Amino acid sequence: MNIAATTPRATEIQSMTRSDTPLVRFHGVRKSFGELEVLKGIDLEVASGEVVALIGRSGSGKSTALRCVNGLERINAGELTVCGRALHGGKVDLRDLRQDVGIVFQSYNLFPHLTVEQNVTLAPRKVHKIGAAEARDLAEQVLAQVGLSEKAKNYPEQLSGGQQQRVAIARSLAMRPKLILFDEVTSALDPELTGEVLRVIAKLAAEGMTMMLVTHEMAFARSVADQVVFMHQGRIWESGKGDMLDDPQTPELRQFVGNGL
Amino acid sequence: MRGCALSYEFDFSFLNDYMPELWHGIWLTLGMTIVSIVPGFALGTSCAIGRLYGPPWVQRIVTIYVEGIRNTPLIIQVFWLFFGLAVLQVRVGPFPAAVIALVINVGAYTAEIMRAGFLSIPKGQLEAAACLALKPSQSLWSVQIPQAVERVYPALVSQFVLMMLATSIMSQISAEELTGVAYMIQSFTFRGFEVYLVIAVIYFVMACLLRLTLLGVAQVSFPRRRRLGTPL
Ligand SMILES: Nc1ncnc2c1ncn2[C@@H]1O[C@H](COP(=O)(O)OP(=O)(O)OP(=O)(O)O)[C@@H](O)[C@H]1O
Ligand SMILES: [Mg+2]
Repeated sequence: MNIAATTPRATEIQSMTRSDTPLVRFHGVRKSFGELEVLKGIDLEVASGEVVALIGRSGSGKSTALRCVNGLERINAGELTVCGRALHGGKVDLRDLRQDVGIVFQSYNLFPHLTVEQNVTLAPRKVHKIGAAEARDLAEQVLAQVGLSEKAKNYPEQLSGGQQQRVAIARSLAMRPKLILFDEVTSALDPELTGEVLRVIAKLAAEGMTMMLVTHEMAFARSVADQVVFMHQGRIWESGKGDMLDDPQTPELRQFVGNGL
Repeated sequence: MRGCALSYEFDFSFLNDYMPELWHGIWLTLGMTIVSIVPGFALGTSCAIGRLYGPPWVQRIVTIYVEGIRNTPLIIQVFWLFFGLAVLQVRVGPFPAAVIALVINVGAYTAEIMRAGFLSIPKGQLEAAACLALKPSQSLWSVQIPQAVERVYPALVSQFVLMMLATSIMSQISAEELTGVAYMIQSFTFRGFEVYLVIAVIYFVMACLLRLTLLGVAQVSFPRRRRLGTPL
């Protein structure tokens, strides 16, 4: 039988991936900037290994929702649990949280005064205190993952936008996060460079990385995401598998998809 | 037509007679400049950080210090320090007193320059550092200070050259630097015009050397600039 053939290790891994505590759990999350309520009660769960795409119009609260997950924004009400840590009420150890949660920004935000290799290894060296040799191996490994091994000694300004964004992804990977957040990481790129970045993200998804990504690339969301979340006016308007984009249930999503295609 | 102002005869013989004194003045000027640069830079950078990120009471103290120094003459600060220390029964020689005054003075100007440098770093850089789980101190050392210094380096160089030129008042507290030596020589030789012409040239050369040295330091400190030839 199948079960007999399964090694204990494999069972353990299976039970881990099958475990029902989600990596991220929004429950009635609200967030305001002054008078403006940007998130009006968000409920969302992201399981380990899952890829969730957040879509929606400008100003619908996608970035805010994403930024709450690694504590860049603090929620005002509701419950938010990320990698076993409650981000509501009480003190939150953000540095501890951010060792598990990586983020990649639209504007790359690479450190311009450091080489690609130094960019990638800065945090592991300072935070995880790894040695020089280990750092070199780590850089080699994560740069290979994004297909930029030969650029290790270059400076960010010597790279194209797409390459810079791939370095930013490698920089995130080097911290060995449990979850990576992507906020419109291809919006500053032309279509050709967008493709090379999306391919890297799709590869990570296939390797089982848990990801939440805000994106305007509908085709990508449909094909890569396990869960697509359409946000509208601070609420989750509609969510489902990628194919929900083919059959919108609400006029808002229908209009959004119509405009996007 | 002898005796007419137009037929003034230059006499540079003091160059021979007072060579040791001139060298001594040059060394003292260079010495107090070079000794003051690193502590002055450290003080200024600390103050900039304190004013930007410190608790309110630190911000207030730094602001008072910076504005107090930037809005009073150096020579008054020097006297105040020199005679103030004497009142407190603290005995310091002219050279250490001059260095302390210079550090305090250039620290205030450096604080403003570095503050501008820190403020010019895009917010995304700080966010990226924080999101990589770096501590605020690690972010400062590895991300912010290097970028801030690189951005304001030309202004820092100018400030340190100005500081060197400003040492010319230090003979007032009997630190016999170059200008003090010049005054002494002209009072013996009555060749003020020639003396101060020579002194001006010496200052000019020293200022150029200091500039070149500091640019050399930049070549070593900013590997990116060395690699890419990024202009400062
Ligand atoms: N720090 C802030 N202070 C005040 N208002 C903010 C802040 N950040 C976001 N907002 C406001 O919150 C609303 C939602 O912003 P958010 O960035 O989450 O939208 P988004 O869905 O990511 O939009 P886009 O597609 O344009 O990035 C907007 O109206 C925005 O102006
Ligand atoms: Mg956004």
